Amino acid sequence: MIQTTINGTPRQIDTDPGTPLLWVLREQLGLTGTKFGCGVAQCGACTIHLDGQPVRSCSTPASEAEGKKITTIEGLAGADGTPHPLQKAWVEAQVPQCGYCQSGQLMSAAALLRDTPRPSDAQINAAMAGNICRCGTYERIRKAIKAASGQTSVEG
Amino acid sequence: MNKWSRRGFIGAGLLTGGALVVGVAIRPGNPIEKLKGDVAPGADEQLINAWVKIGPDHRITAIVPHCEMGQGAHTALAQMLAEELDADWADVSVMQAPANGAYVVPDAARAFVAAWSVDAPNWLEPTYNGLFTQISKLGDVMITGGSSSVRSTGQHTMRIAGAAARQMLIAAAAETWQVPAADITTENGKLVHKASGKSARFGDFAEAASKQAMPQTPPLKDAAAYKLIGKSVARLDIPAKVNGTAQFGIDAQIPGQKLVYAAVKAPPVPGAKVASMNADAARSMIGITKILNMKDFVAVVADSYWHAQQALNAIDISYTSTDGDALDSAGLGARFKKALDKAGDTGGKALADEGDAPAAFKAAAKQLKADYQVPFVAHAAMEPLNCTAWVRDGQCDIWTSTQVPLMARSAVAKALDLDHDRVTVHQLYLGGGFGRRLETDYTVQAARIAKDIGQPVKMIWSREEDIRQDFYRPADISRFSAGLDAKGKPISWNNAFTQLNDPAGAWDVAHYDIPNRLIRHAEADMHLRFGSLRSVDHSQQGFFIESFIDELAHEAGQDPFAYRRDLLGASPRHKAVLEQVARMANWGEKLPPQTARGIALVKSFGTIVAEIAEVDMRDGKPRVTKVWCCADAGYVVNPDGFAAQMEGGIIYGLTTALYSGITLTQGGVTQSNFHDYQMLRMPDAPEIKTSFINADSKTLGGAGEPGLPPIAPAVTNAIFAATGKRIRALPILQHFA
Ligand code: FES
Ligand code: FES
Repeated sequence: MIQTTINGTPRQIDTDPGTPLLWVLREQLGLTGTKFGCGVAQCGACTIHLDGQPVRSCSTPASEAEGKKITTIEGLAGADGTPHPLQKAWVEAQVPQCGYCQSGQLMSAAALLRDTPRPSDAQINAAMAGNICRCGTYERIRKAIKAASGQTSVEG
Repeated sequence: MNKWSRRGFIGAGLLTGGALVVGVAIRPGNPIEKLKGDVAPGADEQLINAWVKIGPDHRITAIVPHCEMGQGAHTALAQMLAEELDADWADVSVMQAPANGAYVVPDAARAFVAAWSVDAPNWLEPTYNGLFTQISKLGDVMITGGSSSVRSTGQHTMRIAGAAARQMLIAAAAETWQVPAADITTENGKLVHKASGKSARFGDFAEAASKQAMPQTPPLKDAAAYKLIGKSVARLDIPAKVNGTAQFGIDAQIPGQKLVYAAVKAPPVPGAKVASMNADAARSMIGITKILNMKDFVAVVADSYWHAQQALNAIDISYTSTDGDALDSAGLGARFKKALDKAGDTGGKALADEGDAPAAFKAAAKQLKADYQVPFVAHAAMEPLNCTAWVRDGQCDIWTSTQVPLMARSAVAKALDLDHDRVTVHQLYLGGGFGRRLETDYTVQAARIAKDIGQPVKMIWSREEDIRQDFYRPADISRFSAGLDAKGKPISWNNAFTQLNDPAGAWDVAHYDIPNRLIRHAEADMHLRFGSLRSVDHSQQGFFIESFIDELAHEAGQDPFAYRRDLLGASPRHKAVLEQVARMANWGEKLPPQTARGIALVKSFGTIVAEIAEVDMRDGKPRVTKVWCCADAGYVVNPDGFAAQMEGGIIYGLTTALYSGITLTQGGVTQSNFHDYQMLRMPDAPEIKTSFINADSKTLGGAGEPGLPPIAPAVTNAIFAATGKRIRALPILQHFA
């Protein structure tokens, strides 16, 4: 049994400790917002926060969650359901196309903004380089991050 | 031949009491028109292919027979329908038409359509598949319509459905209010009779309207009267895509059922089978339910995908040998060259033969020859292929992301030897399609596993399987020779290449004024299986043609923009697009050292697109920093959605041009995951500026694909301008390793 907190709720996970968190979240807990893209920490689709740090859940064994706090895309909005500023900016900038990569993009961006409230282009590049978007929404993601961090309006 | 039966066609529960449901007549010129003779021969018999529902709650639902894979089709089609209906956009939602003949057969809607008398709904299969195939090929139906069926869905079908529903609502209100229908106007979801001051919302008359005769040819608005078409309305699917609730194929759940999970591995070389396997180690691994040798693949079923994949990795599989076992990329290239050598200057199958290209070449003041080459490309949609299947009691349910739900249904029915109406396909969002999900291989695999194990199973492909078992954009070589007159104008164009698929005429250069043209297909077997990849043949032909034209411009000592422009005298729309992109970029302005621009122009799927790429060579390898894009798609339905598709096509094309190269080792695919099959990422994403020209509101072009073809040549042309180095083989970055 692994003791952890997921999106604010304490949970016990019954799994073999080597199974990556991605599959525990998706298959055991029904939190399917976190996506599988590559399985080898190359695409970022599976990004979650572990004690606030962005990690690739496809390559993080469940045992590493012991005693830690997990946040997934389902827990990104405020406790009262208020969307995260990035989620608002994402809608405003009409970022998603197929949408499959976007949970991971948002989780990477949220970690960036928490540590770096007004990121530069270089900081955005560094934080987001691990997240592939096959639909090519990068420019809109950049725009939305800047809008959410108060640096520009989405129009700008 | 599986038999269709009428069982199960009714009772989908979609038509709730009091709703108006409108079907749409076939329009002349629609490809399904040819089916009409078989199934609806009477002059006033109508086939139904799209719908709108208006509920008593005022909700307006556009029932859209196309999948949503990020191209914005759901929103744009609803937008077109709402335009003609004069709906309040806030009342409009979209429903994916079930991929099931049950719904398509309009027994329930018969009341609204005159003299419906179709018994055998087999016409639906090709019709639906045609629609889905075209949609996916064109990427974005909304704005699109490179084919008549797509035009029919958006431009005609959805608009007609909206216009017909509007007239039926007006007729119902006229009856109740006892006023002439002609005096009733509509606006923002309301019916208004000005003289009497009466007004009502659409929903108030939905039920009464449903009893009205359906107008067969309702008049449509002129573009000048558009209120919604041409507006950047927000996409309806986006909110669910920022909070994790959007359900993709891989997220499928079956209420009340516990799933098991399957991982699969197929032989690496096309045509090979599983010869034997040693699964001793795998059998004792955690969570394993079953290990299956299906001959054309091996499957492991377990309590989680992870366990299944781990066990699969531990199985030692050997395969039967094939003729292709020794083939590598160099060998394939040699095979292509041999076919071209054999075809010589005039051999192969002639696709275009204007004037006398070989003779004009001999007489030319300057002569040029070049071979261009592209590798295989894998689709690599972000959502790995997957399918959930449940086979029980002689029926099969499929949950998946597919571009061809009805084709998938047929394929599964055939594989399991079931009647079509015993197979139900549940459609979920696609985490990208790009043409890969036009294939039904993975749905059939899942169904076969499900049949074998007798319980619901979710099969997921590893990324490695996804890269290695694709239907690839073909590798190809294209051989050119051209002759210029004394002023540098091309007088001869002779071109042969080895791969010819879709769409017809991707090799065409008739928009350029070149009097003598000979274009040929010198066929050569490409070994791996072919599939449609975003923009299909245009993805390589655009690179070939627009690179070689650029070579001609430089050989003639002329500016590449001006050279093209001067050849476009008979193609004013091409010319306008090219000139506009040049203005956007301020073509010709002075640039920093080691920075240069390239230009390219390609018409595909009914849309003319010109792009300029700016390349910075300061790091010794190309960095694409800026792209300008101008498109003429006839008339743009949703400008922001259109721009998004141009951006998407450019990035997809840039990944392909810079990085994508599937190579062969011993007959199989060398690459396996994103470490060796790389994608463009945020730090290398250029700034993209898009504009468009609305040149013709009657004929719409595509959006999802046409942004792609010009980007590769725009970049290689820029590299040439910066360095004098002509890139004739993709991917680009192999030349800067
Ligand atoms: S699935 Fe984890 S990084 Fe790709
Ligand atoms: S939106 Fe489709 S992969 Fe990013």
